[in-house]
Amino acid sequence: MRHFSKALAESIRDLLPIVVVIAFFQLLVFRQPIPDLGNLLFGTLQVVIGLTLFVQGLKMGLFPIGESMAHDFASKGSILWLTLFAFALGFGTTVAEPALIAISDEAARVAAIGGMIAQSEPEMQRYADGLRLTVAVSVGLAIVVGVIRIIKGWPVQYLIMGGYAGVVIMTVFAPPEIIGIAYDSGGVTTSTITVPLVTALGVGLASSIRGRNPMTDGFGLIAFASLTPMIFVMGYGMLL
Amino acid sequence: MNWLSDFLGTLTSTITDVLPIAAILFGFQLFVLRKRVNHLGQVLVGFLLVLLGLAFFLQGLEEALFPLGKLMAAQLTAPEFLGISQTADELSNNWQHYLWVYLFAFAIGLSTTIAEPSLIAVAIKANQVSGGAVGTWGLRIAVALGVAIGIALGAYRIVTGTPLHYYIITGYVVVLIQTLYCPKAIIALAYDSGGVTTSTVTVPLVAALGLGLSSTIPGRNPMLDGFGLIAFASLFPIMSVMGYAQLSEWLARRARATRAKEEQCISN
Repeated sequence: MRHFSKALAESIRDLLPIVVVIAFFQLLVFRQPIPDLGNLLFGTLQVVIGLTLFVQGLKMGLFPIGESMAHDFASKGSILWLTLFAFALGFGTTVAEPALIAISDEAARVAAIGGMIAQSEPEMQRYADGLRLTVAVSVGLAIVVGVIRIIKGWPVQYLIMGGYAGVVIMTVFAPPEIIGIAYDSGGVTTSTITVPLVTALGVGLASSIRGRNPMTDGFGLIAFASLTPMIFVMGYGMLL
Repeated sequence: MNWLSDFLGTLTSTITDVLPIAAILFGFQLFVLRKRVNHLGQVLVGFLLVLLGLAFFLQGLEEALFPLGKLMAAQLTAPEFLGISQTADELSNNWQHYLWVYLFAFAIGLSTTIAEPSLIAVAIKANQVSGGAVGTWGLRIAVALGVAIGIALGAYRIVTGTPLHYYIITGYVVVLIQTLYCPKAIIALAYDSGGVTTSTVTVPLVAALGLGLSSTIPGRNPMLDGFGLIAFASLFPIMSVMGYAQLSEWLARRARATRAKEEQCISN
């Protein structure tokens, strides 16, 4: 119980800045009353409870399973299964991501207005689905490359720099309408559940493989997962 | 009663989000690794807490913070508040008009990032792995400052209408240079912090701000200019985290140097 109240206090502290910012702007800058104060307080209470439960669940469930699976894959020694798992994790967590669905519908609208595709409902749906699959495949591949990097011990910066070069080159050739969406798609692919799992996977792998340092080698998977979608989305925009 | 049905709706959609992930995890665990999960009960309770926690979290955001945040973004970008009656030409010469917009962008970026659950997760892990050398708060504040600066600059870009890729490519060059001089241990973590900042809390509010700004300011097209804020929010934390590492390394080195000097004085 004392543990829980400490966790609760931490969540309140995490949310305090948002409350301060909202109160400051609403009351002092706009000089408007806060609409529906009771509802706001109730909602904030739910956010606090939610954050507390989430962090607790993270420590009990997501982190341990991510790390123990990484450890088991490392001791099993089959790179094929590990890469399959990495791909499935990246693809599976991305393809149903609500933020991605929203952004690919948006992209289909932009493409239809820009005249890249026909302005009809099925055509736009097809475009949006194609884009969503493209991003999911690219995230799957990113996790695979990231896992191979951890196994081989390649320095993370070379791969990232290569990726940046890819983004810059694609920017030159991609249609301008897709660029903003492509850049944003890198940020939306990593959901709240994916991040802890993928982090635990990377750190777990790096600590199970001899000669790897969990700090230098364990992180970096998320960076790949936010980089490849940019390249793939621009590629998608060029092909269609 | 209304609340309950809303909450159940959110819970169901959270479960549908988590289900494929759980299927992949347990599928590989049972059929490929063929091992029993250690502490299965505890892990399942953990998953349950994550589900419930996310459902409460999202429900609370939808009910309270998002509507108010979007209302504020709309008030802030309303022509009356900005005092827009001039032509586009006059405005682009007069970016100070939007001082409150930048301040709001900065403040909202900072405060929402502090509450971002994915960032909390990465900060906990980084603290564990580094044996406490990377403080959870240090990392989170560094990332939040990066997001805040990024979003403020992104708002400035929408106001002035300069092309997005100039900023991003310049950002890449800065990241490249920092990578060369930054402590090796932090590089991967810094790159990761770009991806974690933008999930549940930040994206909807920031998107509302971007779309509001680009549809109010004359000469901007929400389709073309409304995007890109998220890209800023994922690039700048990379710089701020590496900057934080460089700064703390420099401070540590200076402290060591001073101590060495003092010891020398004493021994003399």
